[in-house]
Amino acid sequence: MITKRIIPCLDVKNGRVVKGVNFMNLSDVSDPVSLAKYYSDCGADELVFYDITASAEGRGLFTDVLTRAAENVFIPLTVGGAINDVSDFDRVLKCGADKVSVNSGAVRNPSLMYEAAKKYGSQCVVLSMDVKRVDGKYAVFVKGGREMTQLEAVQWAKQGQELGAGELVINSMDTDGVRGGFDTELLQKICDAVSIPVIASGGAGCMQDFVDLFNKCPTVDAGLAASIFHFGDVRINELKKMLKENDINVRIQ
Amino acid sequence: MTVIIDYGVGNLFSLKSSLAYIGAESIVSGDADVIRKAQRIILPGVGAFEDASKKLASSGLDKVIKQEAENGKYIMGICLGMQMLFEKSYEFGEHEGLGLIPGSIVPLKGAVPDELKIPQIGWNALNITGGKDDLYKYTDNNTHVYFVHSFYAKTDEKYVTATTEYGIQVTASAKCGRVMGTQYHPEKSGKYGLEILKAFTELK
Repeated sequence: MITKRIIPCLDVKNGRVVKGVNFMNLSDVSDPVSLAKYYSDCGADELVFYDITASAEGRGLFTDVLTRAAENVFIPLTVGGAINDVSDFDRVLKCGADKVSVNSGAVRNPSLMYEAAKKYGSQCVVLSMDVKRVDGKYAVFVKGGREMTQLEAVQWAKQGQELGAGELVINSMDTDGVRGGFDTELLQKICDAVSIPVIASGGAGCMQDFVDLFNKCPTVDAGLAASIFHFGDVRINELKKMLKENDINVRIQ
Repeated sequence: MTVIIDYGVGNLFSLKSSLAYIGAESIVSGDADVIRKAQRIILPGVGAFEDASKKLASSGLDKVIKQEAENGKYIMGICLGMQMLFEKSYEFGEHEGLGLIPGSIVPLKGAVPDELKIPQIGWNALNITGGKDDLYKYTDNNTHVYFVHSFYAKTDEKYVTATTEYGIQVTASAKCGRVMGTQYHPEKSGKYGLEILKAFTELK
């Protein structure tokens, strides 16, 4: 049966991984390519490269990094950040990305998902959303969580699926950074509303949080995290072992 | 030399990189002469069946592939490329394939239990049914490989070389003579995927 996926996310700025990294046996801990290879060797099922550069020069460095990663790491690569039109899809797909995640760009122009899905297939289009509870509703935020929109998360997820998104990344701003576990309440609501795969993001602080995620929301397909992997708090091979011991189906290399 | 056929469908970067990584000589080309001269052919593909087969036909490469199959060349289709090796596809209508492996491409929807998500996206285990020659020379049973698909090959089990369990036994790879294909992406299946590609590039 298909396995639950564990996905580390690398925030890349000016060609380097940000959010400190603390690894043994890695000579250059902020080199995205070394880190990507390390994660792949540890059993990561997929990698996300998030471009947080603002300058054109930084963007060039990002695509260089992506190209080198795709030449050396042979698991699916998703790219996000600064994806605003179909030409951005083209730019990163040519460098070896397999999927492209859209966030603010899709809120501004929802037909981007439709256009991209038509051109590259739904499997290539990931709708990522930042969600926060506001007045008892799940509000969608854009611009890295700085700006609230009028969109409601469950509706936006359904609309994304209809427009051609092949997968969703649900990042809960309420649990993000708190390290108290994933937002299983929000995730379950999204899973109940859509039929495409859902990737949980925000809140993982320890291995048990992933066990709880897949036990409480059995239809969630994957768990995504950044700093707990980068800081070495959670090792992916150990996490997979623990998930397996808890009867959660994972890929062990 | 293995040729990766470029007919304007999908991203060949990872495939080309993965062959380079394992030290296999390869070239990406849409040129009939280059394809004829190569020892082995890889037919990649992502997206929709109709669009891809139209592109292949308009480039005239469909005929080249059929000829080369007749000449006994090793041919490997990957994902949609594998599906195109079959006789027919029922993806949004009815479309003709290359007809190099008997069988047809049908939707997962309706064939698998309703609660399963479509497309199947992710890592699933191989149940190798067709022996360890060619593609699975280096591969153990239950190895996980990466799938992304909404349609699958329905064919006589004698052509199936591996299945994967997704509510039902779904064709993961198939073979007819020297023509073979994988529904999954070996170039995205980590080190074990590379071993499958290596096995193909060693066929002669």
